[in-house]
Amino acid sequence: MNSLYYQKRLSRNIGDKFFTSLSVICALIAILPLIFLVTYILIKGGSQITPELLTLEPNPPGDDLDAGGINPALIGTLIITTIASIIAIPVGVGGGIYLAEYSKGGAFSRFIRFGVNVLAGVPSIIAGVFIYALIVSTKILFGSMYSGLAGGMALSILMLPTVIKTTDEGLKLVPNELRYASLGVGASMYTTILKVTLPSAFRSIATGVVLGIARAAGETAPLIFTALFSYYYITGFGDLFYEMGSLAVLIYNFALEPYDAQNKLAWAASFILVLSILSVNIFSRILAAFTEKTKRV
Amino acid sequence: MEEKLTLFKNRKRFGIEKNIDIIFKNTALVLSSFVAIILLGIILVVFFQSFESFSRYGLKFLVTSEWNPVKDEYGAFTAIYGTLVTSFLSLLITIPLGVGTAIFITEDFVPKVFREIIGSFVELLAAIPSVVLGLWAIFVMEPFFRTFFVFLHNFFGWIPLFSTEPTGRNSLLAILILVVMLLPIVTSIARDSLNQVPKKLRNAAYGIGASRWKTIFSVILPAALSGIMAGVLLALGRAMGETMAVTMIIGNSNAFSWSLLSPGYTISSMLANQFGEADGSQVSSLFYAAFVLMILSLVVNIFAQWLVKKFSLKY
Repeated sequence: MNSLYYQKRLSRNIGDKFFTSLSVICALIAILPLIFLVTYILIKGGSQITPELLTLEPNPPGDDLDAGGINPALIGTLIITTIASIIAIPVGVGGGIYLAEYSKGGAFSRFIRFGVNVLAGVPSIIAGVFIYALIVSTKILFGSMYSGLAGGMALSILMLPTVIKTTDEGLKLVPNELRYASLGVGASMYTTILKVTLPSAFRSIATGVVLGIARAAGETAPLIFTALFSYYYITGFGDLFYEMGSLAVLIYNFALEPYDAQNKLAWAASFILVLSILSVNIFSRILAAFTEKTKRV
Repeated sequence: MEEKLTLFKNRKRFGIEKNIDIIFKNTALVLSSFVAIILLGIILVVFFQSFESFSRYGLKFLVTSEWNPVKDEYGAFTAIYGTLVTSFLSLLITIPLGVGTAIFITEDFVPKVFREIIGSFVELLAAIPSVVLGLWAIFVMEPFFRTFFVFLHNFFGWIPLFSTEPTGRNSLLAILILVVMLLPIVTSIARDSLNQVPKKLRNAAYGIGASRWKTIFSVILPAALSGIMAGVLLALGRAMGETMAVTMIIGNSNAFSWSLLSPGYTISSMLANQFGEADGSQVSSLFYAAFVLMILSLVVNIFAQWLVKKFSLKY
């Protein structure tokens, strides 16, 4: 009779309790870094944010207390990420369209899909090394060496696999009935893709692409010897061909400075970078959850 | 009837539309082949740039740790050793932590809402740029762990791994920050593979009287093992290539030491540090080191993909 009830002392139940608490501890340890990190950045970086910080140039490091602002780096990040997007999105979406809509699972498409995964695993600094060898050291871009353009190209290599993958997977989720219907009423293949399948996969592709852009915005390794860094305002189109600062490289450079003023700028830049990346991530998460709910109904 | 047939005949597609269709298809084809071109381009460019150093030092480059631009002597052993040690040791810590978290998320210890929140917290951690983690490591983690490192040295100093006096940045801190970076990868992949284990297996185990953790250890984990392994390999590739956070916290010293409490080097941090200012045969040697890093991460990544493909259709 007694054996029908739960017995605390039984060794298997003690063991179960032990492992359950172990896994709870794992989960707690796992979320600790994010909580610590975000609170620290919010407090330390958030307190630095002033209008001057967003509009001034950074002063060259020295022991003066006024470090200036991060305007060139902020604009630089926007420009470099835009360049990377301009390159990676058309190429990636086009490549994804080919994989999902045209390829028939043959050797070529399998090789490309494999290549996409391999490229996604290439260390980000290798992308920088590659662009350095191909563009910076050869001065192929109208004789300029380190430039925002080269930095954008290096970042686009990192964005490309993400964009192709999300396009490929997004298009594969579109039901075939839609394609048959479109082709059945006489639409050509490209009309079907551009007017039917691509629009119906738009949301999932856009989410993936935006997350890819957010990820690229924080990448530093490909930029440190392609775009380098600059202390000066970006004033015109021609500045694309010169060294360009970015928030990520600013954090790297100024974190290693021995001066407190520069360290503070690094925290402020982290605040802006993390806040924008996290809000993009959280927003897309909420959007995805919302879409799922409406679909179920 | 006749009329209808002629109407049908006339409804051929215009030549121009046909051409657009063909052009569209071929453009997509060319764009998709860009991936292969870039990948091959990276491998070839890095290989040819490293050729000078490769022909001069050969495989000796991999086992000597002299790095002296003045004497033109280059060997990357310290960096290669550092890359392997930091990535393997960080993985060793991450695997139990990540799999434990994944089990917590997939079991029903707490209501689903909490589990989902914890799951997305861990995934958001992956979105934090590594340079920010590096900044955090310098100013928060390093002071926080300093006393612990001193303690480690005082009590376990007889072990070669802890034999040097801790002074600021060191390899152990790099390992710890790598754990933070790898945790989301291992956790999310382990969670996905645990979720893919069919419910039938669990019910069968419960049905014959297995306890919850007996079920997890003898049924669920073995069934999800291949997926978890692939995740671990992907994380390993990531760890070896990780640059910024490691560069900022590892101390960047080419002097070889067994101790984790002394400053170290990894290939990627060496590249990040020296590439901008290098010239002559140093550049070629750096390309050689980059080539080694690339081969290491390619091998790990390809193996991981093979594993995924081989076992993904099991259930």
